[in-house]
Amino acid sequence: MATDGPALAELLLQRLERAGGGGLGSLEAAAALGLEHQHVTVPVLHSSPVCSPQVIEAEQRSSKRWELTPEGKEIVQEGSHEARVFDSIPAEGLPQSELMKLPSGKVGFSKAMSNKWVRLDKNADGGPRVFRAVESVQDSVREKLQLVQQGEAESLEEKDRNELKKRKLLMEVIIKTYWIRKGSAFSTTVTKQETDLTPEMLASGSWRDLKFKAYNFEALGIMPESGHLHPLLKVRTQFRQIFLEMGFTEMPTNNFIESSFWNFDALFQPQQHPARDQHDTFFLQDPAEATDFPMDYLKRVKKIHSQGGYGSQGYKYDWKLEEARKNILRTHTTAVSARMLYRLAQQKFTPAKYFSIDRVFRNETLDATHLAEFHQIEGVVADYGLTLGDLMGTLREFFTKLGISQLRFKPAYNPYTEPSMEVFSYHRGLQKWVEVGNSGIFRPEMLLPMGLPEGVSVIAWGLSLERPTMIKYGINNIRELVGHKVNLQMVYDGPLCRLDS
Amino acid sequence: MPTVSVKRELLFQALGRRYTDEEFDELCFQFGLELDEITSEKDIISKEQGGGKAEGASDIILYKIDVPANRYDLLCLEGLVRGLQVFKERIKAPRYKRIMPANGGVQRLIITEETAQVRPHAVAAVLRNITFSKDRYDSFIDLQEKLHQNICRKRALVAIGTHDLDTISGPFTYTARPPSEIRFKPLNQSKEYTASEIMDLYRTDSQLKHYLHIIENKPLYPVIYDSNGVVLSMPPIINGNHTKITLNTRNVFVECTATDITKAKIVLDILVTMFSEYCEKQFTVEAAEVTYHNGRTCIYPELAYRREKVKPDLINKKIGISEKPSSLAKLLTRMCLKSHVTGSGNNIEIEIPPTRADIIHACDIIEDAAIAYGYNNIQMTIPKTYTIANQFPLNKLTELLRQDLAAAGFTEALTFALCSQEDIADKLGVDISSTKAVHIANPKTAEFQVARTSLLPGLLKTIAANRKMPLPLKLFEISDIVIKDSTKDVGARNQRNLCAIYYNKNPGFEVIHGLLDRVMQLLAVPPSKASGYLIRAAEDSAFFPGRCAEIFAKGQSIGKLGVFHPDVITKFELTMPCSALEINIEPFL
Repeated sequence: MATDGPALAELLLQRLERAGGGGLGSLEAAAALGLEHQHVTVPVLHSSPVCSPQVIEAEQRSSKRWELTPEGKEIVQEGSHEARVFDSIPAEGLPQSELMKLPSGKVGFSKAMSNKWVRLDKNADGGPRVFRAVESVQDSVREKLQLVQQGEAESLEEKDRNELKKRKLLMEVIIKTYWIRKGSAFSTTVTKQETDLTPEMLASGSWRDLKFKAYNFEALGIMPESGHLHPLLKVRTQFRQIFLEMGFTEMPTNNFIESSFWNFDALFQPQQHPARDQHDTFFLQDPAEATDFPMDYLKRVKKIHSQGGYGSQGYKYDWKLEEARKNILRTHTTAVSARMLYRLAQQKFTPAKYFSIDRVFRNETLDATHLAEFHQIEGVVADYGLTLGDLMGTLREFFTKLGISQLRFKPAYNPYTEPSMEVFSYHRGLQKWVEVGNSGIFRPEMLLPMGLPEGVSVIAWGLSLERPTMIKYGINNIRELVGHKVNLQMVYDGPLCRLDS
Repeated sequence: MPTVSVKRELLFQALGRRYTDEEFDELCFQFGLELDEITSEKDIISKEQGGGKAEGASDIILYKIDVPANRYDLLCLEGLVRGLQVFKERIKAPRYKRIMPANGGVQRLIITEETAQVRPHAVAAVLRNITFSKDRYDSFIDLQEKLHQNICRKRALVAIGTHDLDTISGPFTYTARPPSEIRFKPLNQSKEYTASEIMDLYRTDSQLKHYLHIIENKPLYPVIYDSNGVVLSMPPIINGNHTKITLNTRNVFVECTATDITKAKIVLDILVTMFSEYCEKQFTVEAAEVTYHNGRTCIYPELAYRREKVKPDLINKKIGISEKPSSLAKLLTRMCLKSHVTGSGNNIEIEIPPTRADIIHACDIIEDAAIAYGYNNIQMTIPKTYTIANQFPLNKLTELLRQDLAAAGFTEALTFALCSQEDIADKLGVDISSTKAVHIANPKTAEFQVARTSLLPGLLKTIAANRKMPLPLKLFEISDIVIKDSTKDVGARNQRNLCAIYYNKNPGFEVIHGLLDRVMQLLAVPPSKASGYLIRAAEDSAFFPGRCAEIFAKGQSIGKLGVFHPDVITKFELTMPCSALEINIEPFL
């Protein structure tokens, strides 16, 4: 089709029409149309608009065929080497040395000898001499090769074919052919199909009379060039949205460096608590210590730790200012919640709902799901008379917005909340209850020294941003998600973040 | 959270009934425990050391149970069973009693002045006529280990020593001596060593080596002698072999030495309340007398019962339930907090046993009432709290900019806030001292030496990790860097930066420059010398000479853009030219 286009195509289609429902082979079609077979292969056919997949269907087949090698073809023309040697010997014979100079000399001589067509007289005058041994010969090699050339290789005995193949006169070739059948839109009349609409067609109105090549809807389109948002931060955006929908105000968490005072002491976390160990927390060498504290409040914190008060026994240990001064990379955003609640306590009390989503740091052993830094999501509500039932109800609303409906609560221990509850949700994939967050009511030992009124309760909960994201996007190694080893392909391919679906 | 492993059979025997694993898991959940793993010694060994080593190990089923970190009374089989049985109202909580020995011969421990510098406190008690079995003995040792690891803070705050009282004779002396003068046969050793030799001996001991640092550099080591000079122990390292407890031991002398007396009392109370169960007079503990060098004398164990009054109304209001005072008292009693309604029903009196040192405030009592009521039986409610939400302005701006940077064809990266000094200094061609970086004192690896002072290294590393991706790579990040700032209470502050990078076969300065123009367009800042933004040629070691400009807006320098210096590109293991931009977005708030 490549060269003569529609005319030849039409001939092919007519042949196919005559062949009826059974179809026809590409080899025969090529022979009948006088084309090289390579012009009748399917990719070539289908590239032509007149023979699109809808017009003709094709199925690939392969067949074997015997063909002559170039040497075989020469023999069909000139006769076999041995026959040529026989023919070149006159009645008086030929010196062997001369015979060997002939083009077919070497091969022809040995074959003619073994056929006993010629004989050699080694004692002749002037050196060895070759004579005809028979009157005439029958060149059967040439005859057999002629049969092959006529396409009748099958009529030869296998032993003969193998002999000829061994002499490199014959070769077996595999031909890829196609079986061509009528397609669903088969027609013998060829109309040229247009690839696509052009402005000219629109201007002239010619599109009304034109046929258009069918689109291949199986293929993918071309992706638009674009930038992409990071999956974890897409999830962060959704969590922000949920908190804002629920009326929570965002806390300023843009302070990674925190004093031990706000991170631990203000939360009534004792100074010997293991979380304050070198093994769990990053301490700072420079700037090593915080310098400025609300001193009245600090004194109340010291007292509640070392002696108790506000109805508490306290921890009864020697509270040290130098321990509270130590700067660290904050281990939780609750340090900011403490600052916010302290600030809230310095004015006439109004109810508050706070949230934050930001980085926290742990000097922990790293593995596939733990990094030294991760994002903590935190929600806090402060009001008079809040109950444990209120905390559970708030959590239910929050998790419903995440698409998590089945919740249950397990008693737990947190140094700064009491009661404390771990939040579990039923994971359908894992078929078990998995922990999805931690929560509780802040201890009076934390709130009262800040100056919050006695009847005010503060409920709070927290979870990590990474864990729900890894579950959501099916990521097993946190390094593929967070940090410089991120898999950018994953970022490019990421879907929208819709937590509730 | 500490994990206690108990033999399933022993547990069920002690509980007097059998549970399926699921039933027991559920019971744990209700009570605030977690059935973490069902395993066996064989499983554990083959998991840790390979199947071959596990041969011959016991395949008795073990429950590994996670216990809340403040519930020291649940750290052994005895305590777990007691807690659960009382919770299920199958038994009443036992009442622990301190008794003086009948013949008046109370055991005495004298603390000398020398201990003040190293480990000033000690408490003691006697478990009289106790009967051990193999399982009880193992549990006794395990509990001491659990206490050491948790409340005792790896023996730094408190160290426990238990001794066969019949091998020694009081009064006992707790003193401190130079290591060369202390000499005894340590537990399970065959010969005597001096204290210094003992320290060397245990330097490679997988367990004990962790405790050596507590006294190692002290001039005097703590040591306890009996009246004949027999060494009971050298706390917090090791006991003497002489007083070793065996299955046949009938009378146990318990001493705890400490730097924190409150914790020492708690530890002693827990150990003796748990194991007095096996004394001839169940749940009684024989007193011991401790005398400080100034003559102050204390009788231990304290085994103090404290009474608290809490209003039923307060309990109901804090939980969000409305139970009758009598049912609340019953709920609390199920948590080993024996309670009754007093007066006209407007108060509940609660008795806090010596096992419940975790109860330090009414809120702890309220929590126990809630647990006994069942967290999942509490009616969920939505608080009426009315508030208007506000976004943090800096985050609001960040969210808006992120969307439009992605729309401009750049992909968002999320890199670490911590990195190595090399990342922010050497690799960018600057000296670390000029960076105003905050330094971390205890990084486990170089990756956590400093907080980043620029977002550039993170983005360059992100590209290096994604070199197989098709070019160009266009990345951005809007996040915080940290710099020292002496005007802040902690001496440092965050700064919100916007950083973008272009990596291709050509440097693409015009691409990055175009992005800056777009960002300024988004921020409604026009290109103008007077009130808008402008860029001016600048030098920066990170950038190729003549290919760097400083960005000015809002009357101040807000950052730089440029083509990276080839040295920077090479140091970050990149092979293509690359340009970048980094600005502080806080002036645009």
